[in-house]
Amino acid sequence: MSKKSTAPVAGVTDAENNIANKEVEGLSQGQIVRRRFFRHKGAVISMISLAFIIVLAFTAVGFDFSFFGIQVKTPGWWLWTWTDIPQEVQNGGQPTLSLVPEWLGGAGVTLGLHPFGQDEIGRDTFAVVMRGTQQSIVIMLIVGVIATAIGTVIGAVSGYYRGWVDAVLMRLTDMVIVIPLIVIGAVLGRAVGGLGAAFLAVIIGLFTWTGLARLVRAEVLSLREREFVDAARVAGASDRRIIFKHILPNAIGVIIVNTTLLMAAAILLETGLSFLGFGVQPPDTSLGVIISQNQAAFATRPWLFWWPGAFIIAIALCINFIGDGLRDAFDPRQKRMPTARALTKPKAAAPTAG
Amino acid sequence: MASFVIRRLIASVFVLLAATFLMYNLVAFSDDPLEDLRLSNAPNKEQLIEARIKLLRLDVIPPLRYFLWLGDVLRGDFGVSVQGRDVNVLLQQALGSTIQLVTIATIVAIILGLIVGITTALRQYSGYDYSVTFISFLFFSLPVFWVAVLLKQFVAIGFNDFLEDDPQLPVWLIAVLTILGGLLWASIIPGNLRRKTITFAVAAGATASMLVIMNLIDWFTYPGLSIIGVAIIGLGSAVGFTALITGLKNRRALYASLAVAGLGIVLYFPFQYGISYSITEWWMLAALAALTIAVSMGIGWFMGGVDKGPVMRVAAFTGFITAGAIALDRFMMVWDDYASSGRIRGRPIATIGSSTPNLEGSLWVQGVDIYTHLLLPTMAIILISFATYTRYSRASLLEVMNQDYIRTARAKGLAERTVVVRHAFRNALIPIATIVAFDIGGIVGGAVITETVFGWTGMGQLFINGLRAVDPNPVMAFFVVVGGLAILFNLIADLVYASLDPRIRVS
Repeated sequence: MSKKSTAPVAGVTDAENNIANKEVEGLSQGQIVRRRFFRHKGAVISMISLAFIIVLAFTAVGFDFSFFGIQVKTPGWWLWTWTDIPQEVQNGGQPTLSLVPEWLGGAGVTLGLHPFGQDEIGRDTFAVVMRGTQQSIVIMLIVGVIATAIGTVIGAVSGYYRGWVDAVLMRLTDMVIVIPLIVIGAVLGRAVGGLGAAFLAVIIGLFTWTGLARLVRAEVLSLREREFVDAARVAGASDRRIIFKHILPNAIGVIIVNTTLLMAAAILLETGLSFLGFGVQPPDTSLGVIISQNQAAFATRPWLFWWPGAFIIAIALCINFIGDGLRDAFDPRQKRMPTARALTKPKAAAPTAG
Repeated sequence: MASFVIRRLIASVFVLLAATFLMYNLVAFSDDPLEDLRLSNAPNKEQLIEARIKLLRLDVIPPLRYFLWLGDVLRGDFGVSVQGRDVNVLLQQALGSTIQLVTIATIVAIILGLIVGITTALRQYSGYDYSVTFISFLFFSLPVFWVAVLLKQFVAIGFNDFLEDDPQLPVWLIAVLTILGGLLWASIIPGNLRRKTITFAVAAGATASMLVIMNLIDWFTYPGLSIIGVAIIGLGSAVGFTALITGLKNRRALYASLAVAGLGIVLYFPFQYGISYSITEWWMLAALAALTIAVSMGIGWFMGGVDKGPVMRVAAFTGFITAGAIALDRFMMVWDDYASSGRIRGRPIATIGSSTPNLEGSLWVQGVDIYTHLLLPTMAIILISFATYTRYSRASLLEVMNQDYIRTARAKGLAERTVVVRHAFRNALIPIATIVAFDIGGIVGGAVITETVFGWTGMGQLFINGLRAVDPNPVMAFFVVVGGLAILFNLIADLVYASLDPRIRVS
């Protein structure tokens, strides 16, 4: 890669080239990608926001997951949990969060007892929304991990071996891809939704790897013809070693970018399914369940509806932006436009240096 | 080519068979189909269970029952639902209603997405580009059911409240729209600061005066374009399409399209107060649209001179838009009758359903009724799919604009319009065409949530209700159509790609 960028490109002035080269001089691929990623402001802001949301959701009300009998439970720092029914509904359940300072005529910057309000039986909306956010994030992560693992392996094997292995695996992929995601999700959710969010996520992950498998296969098909693969083979590397140590690290850009997009799709899929009643089942909750339960109350208790929606959008938006930043960072053709000032600087410095 | 298509079709049939087998068993095993009867207190419970087992052949285990089902389907029979209704009939109704819902939304989303995507690509790294990028990311992070509730609240209920008594746009809204209109045009049209300021002023002035006039003539109570609006739209589209497709220097194209627009204006009164009353069926309107395009192309052919193709195209586009404006005006003329009719009672924008029951009236009134029901679901679908098209067309055009042949085209002195429209845009359309073909295959099955929130009894309802009742027959009818369409359009996407791009060979 670094060789490619040092070769002079027709139509690009020396000054531009020097700047482009100086940026990547003596850096490893990982360092270049990291630098480019941190230059994408939207992606960095999104990453910080997402980290904040995750920390908030998992510490505020503590988490409680059971998966095949293993139960993990931690306490949270917030006053209520999502199952608490604290006291009678105060002030119609209005949110007590206020961001307008007193000297502007507001109630002062305060959280109050129920910052996001209460629902009709008095449960704290903040606690419920935090629980929903946890569920959605856990589902998103599990789906991402499982779908990425399956998609990468199937795509790599199919692209590397070609022939009948490829034909069989790709027909299998076609078979799954024909079924719309929401349809397969609803059918599976109908069957296993009651078994808990984590189990639902595993099942969804088993059916969402197809897009990634196709992309990885295409990438591997072209990578396997490259010299470094021949070199590895001549040196006596096994097929497994070639696939996992030589080919896949070169396809990491495609994999990472699509994993982020997949996770953004997974969170929308999960909330959609829960909304339809085929996802997470009450009494447990998720962001989709909260909206589904409260859509009729929009006129009287809009906060029950705004907050879960805002968290879905915030998470999906952050992940989409991170994905965009990663795509830019991994794209070898991507070059930053040198500013006019940066272009004139090397010219001015040239006489002293040369 | 033929052998490729045949091989792909055979492979697709097997894929579809395997997928239906998988689906059938997943649905059949998803829960107990007799649950509601087992829990019921009916005295003849046993008989009811017996009857249902017989009706749905529940005594056969699902993997084998699939083959019974397959045998029936191959004979064209999708079986009966739990309630004993013929699934073929259900499917037909559902498919018709879903196609009505998604067609307009898809077309509008594609056109809007293309326009926005192309303008952002041409103004890369501008404020306009960044805002559109942010907005499109926001749109495809939106859950459709959430948007639907907001649309119901603010567009339907809010707008109906607004219409209730003497609707007048408030001053602050006019001010905001004026500034937005000015900014939009100033960011799209190129030029230095001075030209941008002029563009801003002209666009803002036009927006403001239009809104003020709308207020003055009580437009929201008695909407309409009148002959003046039709003339502005017709002549404007004549000049606009000419500038875009052939350039204003091509006088033949300009005169031909102006002639078409003029013809439309002349026919305005005869149509509105004569011909339109004898149009009673939808196919007549479609035939009229086809006739309009044919006549416009004829005018283009006569006035085209040596290079007839582009002139005919410009004339056809102009004719279509002008005729569309006249038809729109005709629909608006019955708006007041519609809104104040006994069935509607002044709250025209509907939040659920696909039509007002027992509404009587001419084709034009029915058209307005369809419009008021389609408005919200269409907006929801557009909001979400438009973002994807914007991103794709922007990326595709940027890719093409960096190619060497674009540099060559510029170097030989072609105008920027020719470079963009003729050399870049057409090549950028190739990947977009395949994505669009692929997407169309998925839209029928993709509107499940939208249909549910808006109470639209289409394919989504067929699927959801079938799944809730653990009834494989309607679910499978839905899936055969959706899966078949997906496979078919996948194949079409490949063929379109091969036929548009000579570098790709099908083998």
